[in-house]
Amino acid sequence: MTWEHKTDQSLVESHGLKHDEFDSIVQGLGREPNFTELGIFSAMWNEHCSYKSSKFWLKKLPTTGDRVVQGPGENAGVIDIDDGDVAVFKMESHNHPSYIEPYQGAATGVGGILRDIFTMGARPVANLNALRFGEPNHPKTKHLLSGVVEGIGGYGNCIGIPTVGGEVNFHPSYNGNILVNAMTVGIAKKDKIFYSAAAGIGNPVVYVGSKTGRDGIHGATMASAEFDDDSEDKKPTVQVGDPFTEKLLLEACLELMKEQAIIAIQDMGAAGLTSSSIEMASKGNVGLEIDLTKVPMRASNMTAYELMLSESQERMLMVLEPGKEEMARNIFKKWDLEFEVIGKVTDTKNLVLNMHGKEEACIPINILVEDAPEYQRDYTVREPAGEYQIDPNTLNSKTIIDDLVIMLSHPNLCSRRWIWEQYDHMVMADTLVRPGSDAAVVRVHGTNKAIAISTDCSPTYCKHNSFEGGKHAVVETWRNLVASGALPIAITDCMNFGNPEKPEIMGEFVECIRGMTEACTILNYPVVSGNVSLYNETNGEGIYPTPAIGGVGLIKDISKTKTIAFKQNNSLVYAVGETKGHLGNSQYLSIVQHKELGSTPVIDLNKELKNGKFILELVNQDLALSAHDIGEGGLLVAAAEMSLSSGIGITIDCAIKSHEFFFGEDQGRYLIEIDIQNDDTLKKLSADHGVVVEYIGQTKDAVIEIKENSKISIEELKNNHEKWFPDFTK
Amino acid sequence: MKSHVIVFPGSNCDRDVAVAIERISGSAPEMIWHKNTSIAESDLIVVPGGFSYGDYLRCGAIASTSPIINEVVKKAKAGVPVIGICNGFQILIETSLLDGALIRNNSLSFICKDIYIKPENTSSIFTKNNVVAKMPIAHNEGNYFATSDTIKKINDNDQVAFRYCDANGLINEGSNPNGSIDNIAGILNDNKNVLGLMPHPERAVELGLGSDDGKYIFEGVLK
Amino acid sequence: MLAKIHITLKKDVLDPQGKVIANSLSDLGFDGIQSVRQGKYIEIILNGDDKNAATTKLNQMCEKLLANLVIEDYSVEID
Repeated sequence: MTWEHKTDQSLVESHGLKHDEFDSIVQGLGREPNFTELGIFSAMWNEHCSYKSSKFWLKKLPTTGDRVVQGPGENAGVIDIDDGDVAVFKMESHNHPSYIEPYQGAATGVGGILRDIFTMGARPVANLNALRFGEPNHPKTKHLLSGVVEGIGGYGNCIGIPTVGGEVNFHPSYNGNILVNAMTVGIAKKDKIFYSAAAGIGNPVVYVGSKTGRDGIHGATMASAEFDDDSEDKKPTVQVGDPFTEKLLLEACLELMKEQAIIAIQDMGAAGLTSSSIEMASKGNVGLEIDLTKVPMRASNMTAYELMLSESQERMLMVLEPGKEEMARNIFKKWDLEFEVIGKVTDTKNLVLNMHGKEEACIPINILVEDAPEYQRDYTVREPAGEYQIDPNTLNSKTIIDDLVIMLSHPNLCSRRWIWEQYDHMVMADTLVRPGSDAAVVRVHGTNKAIAISTDCSPTYCKHNSFEGGKHAVVETWRNLVASGALPIAITDCMNFGNPEKPEIMGEFVECIRGMTEACTILNYPVVSGNVSLYNETNGEGIYPTPAIGGVGLIKDISKTKTIAFKQNNSLVYAVGETKGHLGNSQYLSIVQHKELGSTPVIDLNKELKNGKFILELVNQDLALSAHDIGEGGLLVAAAEMSLSSGIGITIDCAIKSHEFFFGEDQGRYLIEIDIQNDDTLKKLSADHGVVVEYIGQTKDAVIEIKENSKISIEELKNNHEKWFPDFTK
Repeated sequence: MKSHVIVFPGSNCDRDVAVAIERISGSAPEMIWHKNTSIAESDLIVVPGGFSYGDYLRCGAIASTSPIINEVVKKAKAGVPVIGICNGFQILIETSLLDGALIRNNSLSFICKDIYIKPENTSSIFTKNNVVAKMPIAHNEGNYFATSDTIKKINDNDQVAFRYCDANGLINEGSNPNGSIDNIAGILNDNKNVLGLMPHPERAVELGLGSDDGKYIFEGVLK
Repeated sequence: MLAKIHITLKKDVLDPQGKVIANSLSDLGFDGIQSVRQGKYIEIILNGDDKNAATTKLNQMCEKLLANLVIEDYSVEID
């Protein structure tokens, strides 16, 4: 195809737009776009804002349910948690910026997701994250890990929202592309939720928050001919987070939200003023006219292009009720924040931008949104990895306890204390279950109920069988919530994948979605918000498929909250669910035998549901003293974690004492601790529910002992378990 | 029983303190915005934790220039009990109501965890319950530092309120979370009516949150 | 030799601390402040007297450790 336009072809390409995409812009406008308009199309039609490769598939996910108040499509999802209260939550990626500048990248990731939550009228009450780094001995890993953890802490601690949980793993597939996914949960009143649809012709459009600088302006500006002369001055800069200003913005917004003044509100996230204004106009089916000279600016001589594409942080756009401007201005003044009326709602359904009296852009909103490209990319599904026969001789080279120590000392299974002690996880004084248990539990302030929250994903499972891996990511969070005594309600997802233009990568995406869809449907656990991050690839090497999931559940009575810590000596410990000894793709193979082989374990979702309901019944009848899901590492790792977090040991005396039994990763399982006097009740209840329970052992002393095999003191195991992060980051 | 909690831009433990005071005393404190210049008659003024002004320049430095601070200093000098917690402690040091300085933790990182503290004397209303108490710390700059003359002065004058210790009350290096000189966790002014401490007693007023030992510090004033 | 190193945020990178310091100074009655940018000052005492070699070394120190070139500029001065 030959280039038939006046606009320089390389300028278009540097904006990431394909030839046919540019053709359709010209067709839609009836003319070629000017430079500012080109920048706006580029921002709106990139993968991040348009979801052009993923939209078709995302629509297949279940997004409705009895408790769903708002599904995907707004700033965050909203679920009903009784008594007129709602939980508002979302997870979002900030992968690339965190690789470039780990502290600021991670910090602004937290800042961005917090704004998504309080934009909807919710006070944020909990932050979580899902992090992936390259292998520990990669030269960049230590620097990236330290920077990201410090950045997450730096932002969350300062603004005073507790960071209550998360997950982190290391794998070579992330050497050139780390993942930083941040999740926030907020609490609001169901009748006080704020949305983004602009309305009311003539109503004022208001800019609040920080000033606009040349932060994070699209890399395309660098390549563009216009900026060749004075490059250094105009260099796009990394966004710097200002948690202090965000705290002020949070308080000011919540204060204004108590008044009847806000018609629509949208935070300025990726593609700043461009995406926020277009989103508001599109949702409200109206037009917006903005005078860019009124935008508060930090740098001098900013152009329309720069103002529209700046990603300066801590900014919001609102449509106010007419006549409420002065009242609103006073609130923002009180909090030392910028407040400027920069435009109005119009009936033209166009985005019109003026600067110094000159029209800089005029684009019909529908071309930007409805006519945005959407692709059904080719995909191929890889044959899932087959069963791998383990040489039995390699299994018994060491005692079971020796292997346990190796596993619990490994970066992927060791204690994460070094990370979460850098996060203020107790501020707001409602954190009932701190990091280190299955799920974090945060009380709804001033009530006797709580929300449980968990993030999870197993990329190796996804790599070797994307369908089962997708199921697993959803189910793992569900199980974590159940083990905490919560009724799982809904999830948010953060889909991190490689280049979707490669059929194999697209196949991973499609299969993960298919697996997630099946799990969400059977467990009645819909998706209410999410984010897609594609092109996580360096030198042609993509990351492992990583659909990180954040699940939220409700604990109606906080006295029913469960933790993984053993509660007393002489309790009985049972495994719920069947153990067959599936070692394919397990942590045991990876950590002890240094092999990534075999099949991803298959989840029977109906059994999963049955076992989960059984656990919740035990919780309801006050029979379970503690509970823990059996996840990566298998049964013995789970039992050891219950000992490590309580200091109470366990003497294991089950029927089978093999490596497969102790380290296999069969799905749908939990460990529970019950008082000895409830043994008969448990057996009867499990028979009634048709659930397999298997006796594992008895809590005792401060030693983990496998009868007739091997043992270790909790103190010694703890020393090994706690060592890795502090040593690595020294 | 009248109490007041000062709120600065960036304070984030103001609500936690208010909830704790109400829980212990039965009456909610009045929240005072930092731009105010006066405080009514008060039985307790709390300067809460957080990141006033983002901890920019120096922790507590900018807050200590706020309009309300003159009034806090005046009330403190008139004998009204004042507690500065965490960032509030840093602010009180910047106002010179308390001696010394709070520098970066010796680990060079933020630390949030439970610790134990032991009252050093029973000469103040804050320390008269002479028990080892468990409560969280959450700070980046809580490493108490002072010149040897000042350390001698506050020791001689019974101005050390609390020292970090282990669960059994043993004061040793292992129980010092941040490198503070002589395990100092909190200090008093000359008159023993102004307390500054890094640990958060307001986060330890109910067992469901991990401890209710924080009440020992408030009870002397609030009951 | 005494080397003096100044590290400042690059022009146009947001400086939250500078912004707060500027506001606070105005509140204290210091008027006429257009803007405040803050940074770090580091002193390094070096052995030897070869200023050229020292400058090269100090530049390397800044690039490898002292400054974050993604967001910061530095300047080196030797007494």
